[in-house]
Amino acid sequence: MIPGQFEYHRPRSLAEATTLLGDLKADARVLAGGQSLIPMMKLRLAAPGHLIDLASVGELKGIQRGGTSIVIGAMTTQADIIGSKDLADSVPLLREAALQVADPQVRYLGTIGGNCANGDPGNDMPAIMMVLDASYRLVGRGGSRTVKARDFYFGTYATELKDGEILASIDVPLPPAGHGHAYEKLKRKIGDYATAAAAVMLTVRGGTVQTCSIALSNLSDRALLASAANAAIVGKPLDKAAIAAAVAAARGIMYPASDTRGTPEYRIHVGGIMVERALKTAMARAKG
Amino acid sequence: MAKTHVTMTINGGEVEGLVEPRTLLIHFLRENLNLTGAHIGCETTHCGACTVDLNGMSVKSCTMFAVQAEGAKITTIEGMANADGTLHALQEGFKQMHGLQCGFCTPGMILRAHRLLKENPTPTETEIRFGIAGNLCRCTGYQNIVKSIQYAAAKINGVPFKEAAE
Repeated sequence: MIPGQFEYHRPRSLAEATTLLGDLKADARVLAGGQSLIPMMKLRLAAPGHLIDLASVGELKGIQRGGTSIVIGAMTTQADIIGSKDLADSVPLLREAALQVADPQVRYLGTIGGNCANGDPGNDMPAIMMVLDASYRLVGRGGSRTVKARDFYFGTYATELKDGEILASIDVPLPPAGHGHAYEKLKRKIGDYATAAAAVMLTVRGGTVQTCSIALSNLSDRALLASAANAAIVGKPLDKAAIAAAVAAARGIMYPASDTRGTPEYRIHVGGIMVERALKTAMARAKG
Repeated sequence: MAKTHVTMTINGGEVEGLVEPRTLLIHFLRENLNLTGAHIGCETTHCGACTVDLNGMSVKSCTMFAVQAEGAKITTIEGMANADGTLHALQEGFKQMHGLQCGFCTPGMILRAHRLLKENPTPTETEIRFGIAGNLCRCTGYQNIVKSIQYAAAKINGVPFKEAAE
């Protein structure tokens, strides 16, 4: 399969990239790791006239730890995330999720920015960023703005990212010490998108849940923050009744597509199980 | 569409060529350079038959444009044998342990296993299985591929290879 013709650009700075993108607008796409875009181009589901390769934009790479958050450059690969000792220690949910993205080859090239900005409901990182309450820095020719992951997604391939903007970095607040986390992903085989997946981060004191966030992957036309499910748990011990209430609340917002991964009924059923497992795992890992 | 000049180092030798931007790396390797060891299997980033080693990473060369590989150092199966012509430990392992039947997935399997062993010289069986999860084989059931990689790891580490009981 041969993609359609395009012109290739390789800017050396973010300013150069946003200028190019600002001039070319909708006829151009930025190329990060290419592990979603190139397959789409080969299927001719995407046929941009220009590709702006961000590989040489050094300022988009790297993981930097600040006092209250970690800033991850958009061109940081899933393999970089998996290999980062700092992230493994302070935001272990990110590493756990990155290890479940696609397969080793795709993780060497696939980037965190691509996974977050693509807008495919099957991507894993949007739900993770929602749970972590991360913020995206979007940069265009005219300047930059910050949008919370929780406000970024509207639907399949529909996001807050405007023509001419590039997702430059992701700001991940450092989770509290002693928090519990989990990303439970049911898939048909390694490399597949989730049939259903749930991400959880929570804190516990004296057996009672203090804070909790739950988000869902591939169970709607976009990643979903399960706010009602969170509310069903906070302030309670994580017993059978609380878990059942959270699972029921999470199932209430699931609206999965019917595809080769299963019918909506099946995916909602297993989606609830993923929420239950993620809650139990996170609870077992939490200290306090 | 205007062609772009690319230069890269493949199996230790510098190569150059003129490519359209849309030329995939696998097509550049196979058609421009006649390096037909890396195979085109699924063409959809699933099967890993096109896997090559690029700048210390295993990549699916059907999911990368040749222009992206400008300046890259690439190893393909044609570059795996030792300088004296003897087989690399992985090639020997696949031969000794019957790690291939039809052989279509083998170049990708070997290149992926090569990087896996560089990063983790003593992988467990589980680590090998997760490590080659991006490579599909429709013949062997993977059992002998795992053994082949264990054989190679032992040889590279200079320890005797003990086949696990089945």
